[in-house]
Amino acid sequence: MIPAAFEYHRPDSISAALAILQDHGDDARVLAGGHSLIPMMKLRMADIPHLVDLQDVADLRGISVQDGTVSIGAMTTQAELIASADIAKAAPILHEAALQIADPQVRYMGTVGGNIANGDPGNDLPGLMQCLDATFTLAGPDGSRDVAAREFYEAAYMTAREDDEILTRVSFAGTDAGYAYEKQKRKIGDYATAAAAVLLKKDGDKVSSASVAMTNLSDVPVFSKAAGAALVGTACDADAVKAAVAAMLDDIDPNEDNRGPVAFKRHVAGVILGRAIARAWSRS
Amino acid sequence: MTKHHVKMTVNGEDRDILVEPRELLIHTLRDQLDLKGPHVGCETSHCGACTVDLDGKSVKACTMFTVQAAGKDITTIEGLGNPDALHVLQESFREHHGLQCGYCTPGMITRAHRLLQENPNPTEEDVRFGLSGNLCRCTGYQNIVKSVLAAASELNAAKEAAQ
Repeated sequence: MIPAAFEYHRPDSISAALAILQDHGDDARVLAGGHSLIPMMKLRMADIPHLVDLQDVADLRGISVQDGTVSIGAMTTQAELIASADIAKAAPILHEAALQIADPQVRYMGTVGGNIANGDPGNDLPGLMQCLDATFTLAGPDGSRDVAAREFYEAAYMTAREDDEILTRVSFAGTDAGYAYEKQKRKIGDYATAAAAVLLKKDGDKVSSASVAMTNLSDVPVFSKAAGAALVGTACDADAVKAAVAAMLDDIDPNEDNRGPVAFKRHVAGVILGRAIARAWSRS
Repeated sequence: MTKHHVKMTVNGEDRDILVEPRELLIHTLRDQLDLKGPHVGCETSHCGACTVDLDGKSVKACTMFTVQAAGKDITTIEGLGNPDALHVLQESFREHHGLQCGYCTPGMITRAHRLLQENPNPTEEDVRFGLSGNLCRCTGYQNIVKSVLAAASELNAAKEAAQ
């Protein structure tokens, strides 16, 4: 499978990359790890006359934790996330999730920014970033702007990012909440049939705060405010979990595909969320 | 489209090649450099038969353009051992029947090599997780895992003896 011909650009700064995007409009696209884009180019489902490889842009790399805020450069790979002691400490849910993305070879190349900005409903980090209430920073011709993860996704492959913008960083408050990223998939490397990101805080023996987001159960990631609300103030008992699952099922809208019919996906979503809540609670 | 001169190190040798940007690394290795060890399997980055080592990472050469690899240090199965001097992993795969048809083997061994660099004392679960990006359609995983674990022991014994 050979992609259509294209011109290759390898800028070494964000401003140089933005200038190329300005010159070529929607004929240009940025390349991060390439493990979503290159397969689409090989299938000729993506035709990109100008490919802008971001691997030399140092400003897009690096993980930092300052005053409790975690900041991750868009070109950070999943393997770098997994290896980061800072992430394991400040956001263990991200460590747990990154281990469940694709396979080892893909994780050496696949990036945080690509996973987030591509807008594929199957990607794991969008839902996770909504659970963490992260902020995405976009650089464009008129400077930088921030967009909340919970406002970023519009439809499958459609996001708040404009064609002439580059996602540069994601940031969020580090958290010591009980956490779980639970993912049901048919095999290693597959997208989720259903996945759930859950953060729970405990006060005494009650849930004091809860955040729930679901992956691959709609054409966008689903932050379920109602599912979180159903848990707050409860002892996270069976009735509370049942109420949270019911609330989540009202928010998702899965499509039938080769992972199963809608009824099956709704069933799996409930099971997965139940497991994620139980694990997060046991860690809170 | 503009062709690019790409300089990279392959199995310890400096190479300078001319490629179209759309040329995939697997095709450069096999067709321009005549390294037939990395195989074309699924072509969709699932099977891992095309795995090579690139700057200390295992990558699927079917999902990378050669221009992306400019300046990198690449090792293929040909760089690990040869018929007269097999790598410990190759010897172990032979000893423990770690291959049947052999098509996935170069990718398996190249990936296992990196895994053992990162984790010289893997458990069986570590090996299975670490090789989860490589498929064997003869489904001979049991002996593949056995081969990698045996190679790890042998490498560790050799390291101890050397100390």
